[in-house]
Amino acid sequence: MAEGQRKTAKGELLLSLRNVSKQFGAVTALSDIELDVHAGEVVALVGDNGAGKSTLVKILAGVHQPTSGTIEFLGQKVTLSDPGKALEMGIATVFQDLALCENLDVVANLFLGHELNPWRLDELQMEVRAWTLLQELAARIPSVREPIASLSGGQRQTVAIARSLLLDPKIIMLDEPTAALGVAQTAEVLNLIERVRDRGHGVILISHNMEDVRAVADRIVVLRLGRNNGVFTPADSHEDLIAAITGASDNSVSRRAARKMESLGE
Amino acid sequence: MDQANKTSAPAAQLDRADTRVRHDEGIGGWLRSFYDRVRSGDLGMIPVIVGLLLISAVFSTLNPVFLAPNNLTNMLFDAAAVGLIALGIVFVLLLGEIDLSIGSMSGLASALLGVMWVQFGYPVPVAIAGAIAAGAIMGLIYGFLRNRFEMPSFVATLAGLLALLGMQLYILGPTGSINLPFTSGMVRFGQIYIMPMWFSYALAVLPGLLMIWTGHRTRQQRAAANLSSTSMSVVILKAVLLSAALLFAVWYLGKGRGVPWMFGVFVAFVVVMDYALRRTKWGRSLFAVGGNAEAARRSGINVKRVRLTAFVVCSSFAALGGVFAASRLASSSQQAGTGDVNLNAIAAAVIGGTSLFGGRGSAWSALLGVLVIQAISNGLTLLNLSSSLRYMITGAVLAIAVIVDSLARRSRASHGRA
Repeated sequence: MAEGQRKTAKGELLLSLRNVSKQFGAVTALSDIELDVHAGEVVALVGDNGAGKSTLVKILAGVHQPTSGTIEFLGQKVTLSDPGKALEMGIATVFQDLALCENLDVVANLFLGHELNPWRLDELQMEVRAWTLLQELAARIPSVREPIASLSGGQRQTVAIARSLLLDPKIIMLDEPTAALGVAQTAEVLNLIERVRDRGHGVILISHNMEDVRAVADRIVVLRLGRNNGVFTPADSHEDLIAAITGASDNSVSRRAARKMESLGE
Repeated sequence: MDQANKTSAPAAQLDRADTRVRHDEGIGGWLRSFYDRVRSGDLGMIPVIVGLLLISAVFSTLNPVFLAPNNLTNMLFDAAAVGLIALGIVFVLLLGEIDLSIGSMSGLASALLGVMWVQFGYPVPVAIAGAIAAGAIMGLIYGFLRNRFEMPSFVATLAGLLALLGMQLYILGPTGSINLPFTSGMVRFGQIYIMPMWFSYALAVLPGLLMIWTGHRTRQQRAAANLSSTSMSVVILKAVLLSAALLFAVWYLGKGRGVPWMFGVFVAFVVVMDYALRRTKWGRSLFAVGGNAEAARRSGINVKRVRLTAFVVCSSFAALGGVFAASRLASSSQQAGTGDVNLNAIAAAVIGGTSLFGGRGSAWSALLGVLVIQAISNGLTLLNLSSSLRYMITGAVLAIAVIVDSLARRSRASHGRA
């Protein structure tokens, strides 16, 4: 990112969402979402299918615009009008569908939109940086000069993650980063997430895999049917987390509420 | 690159660490990877070479004049105008869009040239600039319609085809054609001006020398960065083959009139646009939008601006092609840009290797394709066939080109290539 940007201290509030809602016609995908992300923490965003995780990611990436609500980034109210804006501010995203150009090679995809030397592309520097970055991620990419079309799913995932790190963002969002990965590569990505966190970036991790989430997350934010449904820590019990995700009525929160009702009724 | 050297073993270059990959070295390796590429549907220049050989064989047996040096020089004169139009359409095809009005645009541009120059008496450069500006404006309109209203370029430019044709007829007025002065440099450029032989030979050698020089430099730089590079023998072989072919072509053409300046100017434009496509950020974003527009958008590329520029470049080149055509024919007429000009230009780009489906192509495809198209058109003219037959044959050639494009694309998909 631009050199002029100030460094963020660990624990500083990077991003805060207040009352963010998104409607697609008659469908309310998100309503009154609240979310805080601090520097140097991993926030996991979990929820069932249709909980609104991907919609939230797309809003933060500037792909969709919220219908209402405010987004503050580094204490400033911001509008993420397009993906370029979000990237510029320092929110990088690895989308679930990866968003790679299959006809371009790995180097071109890594640097897409941020090529070195716009009027005389510096292919050499780009290739060297691509290899260095991929080696840091312990990635197994056969050749960075092959089109993406010739890579496997896991390799494509790696390329997509590498691309998000290229610009040294403040916050990196990973939408289901381990879904298509093998055992070693999953561990590698989790290591990588921790490394990124320790460098003082905020990480938003979206995943269905509770094992992965518990392994790296500092806080776990649960979404259910487009609403906030509690914030947990990895120390909380698995059952509570699952209950909040699935909305099963038999969980500690509802039991407590039920007891209150009974005592009131008496 | 000290760091890179420390982290890797002396033998393992940055891009050679993966042992699963076969790395083709030397001339043998180059041939093997070339064979693999072709088999997987990455045909490269093969359709053009096969096409040209077939065409030369057929037409020269039917009429020996076909391969005569002077006829080939004529062919190059004719190729420049359509070639420029084809060069423009490459940029739109790369995005997976199309412009069906390039023929009409070239016709309108030639009419504008005639009216501004001959009727209004403006200086030639002003008239040319005006014609090209008209093209640029038309491109802006198409881009705007596509971006603002999501109007498919197919429909927008089909509407433009009629509108532009109407405008051409309107500004030419009742006489319907304007003759350009024969003694003017403009017309001589389109009919007479030929490069001096020494200059043609110099130009024929230049690409080979450049190839060796850049090949050597890239090799040094890549070695410094601990990256592998193509072996020098391959580079030299390619350079020698290319130089031999070009020198032979120049020598053969020199037995007749020689190489037209008009064609040289066209090739110069191809070189410039090739650079723009391969070595600039803008060119890279064209490929990205053509490959996956949504991915390009999420990478922060302004997709709408990329589209707009592509349409502007396309229409501007169509207009310039119209100017060239006018100077070639020494007139601006109602017939300019009508008939098969449109499809010839599109077919040329496709035959040369630019995909109709977006994301694949090069500026050179316009040059290579237009040679094929022009050879067919020239050969048919020599046979004195009626235009009915010529249209049918050109139509069939276009159909074949698109079929080859589709089949190659399917094959590439199944071989895991884009």
